[in-house]
Amino acid sequence: MPRRAHVQTTLNGEEIDFLCEPRQSLLEVLRDELNLTGTKEGCNNGNCGACSVLMDGRVVNSCCVLGVEAEGAAVTTIEGVAEGETLHPLQQCFLEEAALQCGVCTPGFIVAAKALLDSEPDADEGRVRHWLAGNLCRCTGYDKIVRAVLKASEMEEVTA
Amino acid sequence: MKEIDYLAPSSLGEAYAALSNGKTSAFLAGGTDIIVQLREGRKQVDQLIDVKHIPELISYAWTGDGGLEIGASVPFAEIYEDDEIVRRLPAVIDCATLVGGIQIQSRACFGGNIGNSGPAADTVPALIALGATLTLGSADGTRDLPLEDFFTGPGQNVLGPGELIIKVNIPPQPANSGSFFHRFIPRNEMDIAVVNVGARIDLDADGERIEGARISVGAVAPTPLYVAAAGDALAGETPTEDTFARAADIAAEAATPITDMRGSIAQRVHLTRVLTYRALNRALERAREA
Ligand SMILES: Cc1cc2nc3c(=O)[nH]c(=O)nc-3n(C[C@H](O)[C@H](O)[C@H](O)COP(=O)(O)OP(=O)(O)OC[C@H]3O[C@@H](n4cnc5c(N)ncnc54)[C@H](O)[C@@H]3O)c2cc1C
Ligand code: FES
Ligand code: FES
Repeated sequence: MPRRAHVQTTLNGEEIDFLCEPRQSLLEVLRDELNLTGTKEGCNNGNCGACSVLMDGRVVNSCCVLGVEAEGAAVTTIEGVAEGETLHPLQQCFLEEAALQCGVCTPGFIVAAKALLDSEPDADEGRVRHWLAGNLCRCTGYDKIVRAVLKASEMEEVTA
Repeated sequence: MKEIDYLAPSSLGEAYAALSNGKTSAFLAGGTDIIVQLREGRKQVDQLIDVKHIPELISYAWTGDGGLEIGASVPFAEIYEDDEIVRRLPAVIDCATLVGGIQIQSRACFGGNIGNSGPAADTVPALIALGATLTLGSADGTRDLPLEDFFTGPGQNVLGPGELIIKVNIPPQPANSGSFFHRFIPRNEMDIAVVNVGARIDLDADGERIEGARISVGAVAPTPLYVAAAGDALAGETPTEDTFARAADIAAEAATPITDMRGSIAQRVHLTRVLTYRALNRALERAREA
């Protein structure tokens, strides 16, 4: 049995601890140890963004982070984006704009877009496209996704 | 990935101790190169030494004379979100904003880009053009060396087994100086450079004559190149189409690229000339604004 490290972290606002092997990525820990399967594995090499999570407010690819590196960090996954039963404006707008087909890329897009709107609620289309360059979608095409993010940004402005 | 040990030293002393425990090591900065390389079996080590808890590596500061010292592990996003760096060292921003997408920039850093020592590393030609040096540290002390002297081959550098990069030092830039970095990739974002170029031009006080220039090109040789002869050819000249074209020819002559899936030898030599010419023009614009 390989040695496992003890890691304390704040996950979706809750202080938790878990055991993992140092070689396990944060993505593997989330999905296989903590049963948070909303975060997806696409490429497992940093290119597709499907595994995006927030770490201390910044969007990162969880396949390029080790589980042990979450020690002391605040991690937000797609499971932490809605408020109970109330969808986040981004989630609502992805539904309304039909910004997904198979949905594998969607959690990553929403988490990445949330990081953008949290820091730049007024982001324009160019900014949204540039910010989401690290997220790939192989079914939907990007226009609907960008439209959904821009619509959510308007909603947030209204509610802010 | 094979089983691996993980250490997170909180001081340089602890890091040096970890490096001398008899195990093979790699450093874990942003992890965007090394984690993938270990997972895909392209590299194998006994332990990963996380270099994101060492104070000297995770901070950056302006020096009294106007230079900038950037800890090896400071993520690119932290650098390009700093308005003063944006204003004073735009060429640093040119390269920091180009590495990967936002997810990569949240973690990846100069120490990792340089430490990985890829021939196409995007921050390197920009930093060489700016005249950057590295401070390396080991249990025996520290040493400084010009960035262009760090690389010895693809993925290879002069680091000794007990040594790490502490920081990148960008010297104060002359008063009428401007620098620019750009690269050619087949898409708009997220690709490895076919060719990349950094250029700096120092003008005299009247802004008429070039006092000196530095040109560096990447992805066209086993290591990033500092083409001193191309910069020297500009010293004392006036900035014209002809003088810039001559410097660009010298840079292209220094290129010894290979053909691979990203580009052919002929294309890379051509791109070296074109990108150098353009980088010089953009550096000149910035020198005139300075
Ligand atoms: C999707 C994707 C896109 C990318 N796009 C680009 C791009 O556009 N341009 C580009 O240049 N690169 C790109 N890269 C490669 C990579 O992101 C960069 O090279 C990055 O700067 C590496 O930094 P890091 O902190 O993640 O390094 P790590 O992966 O943590 O480390 C890389 C290497 O550097 C060594 N190292 C780290 N810190 C030190 C230190 N202090 N002293 C000595 N050695 C050290 C490590 O041992 C390791 O060998 C991309 C990667 C991915 C996955
Ligand atoms: S699965 Fe992590 S970037 Fe693709
Ligand atoms: S909806 Fe299938 S990959 Fe984006």
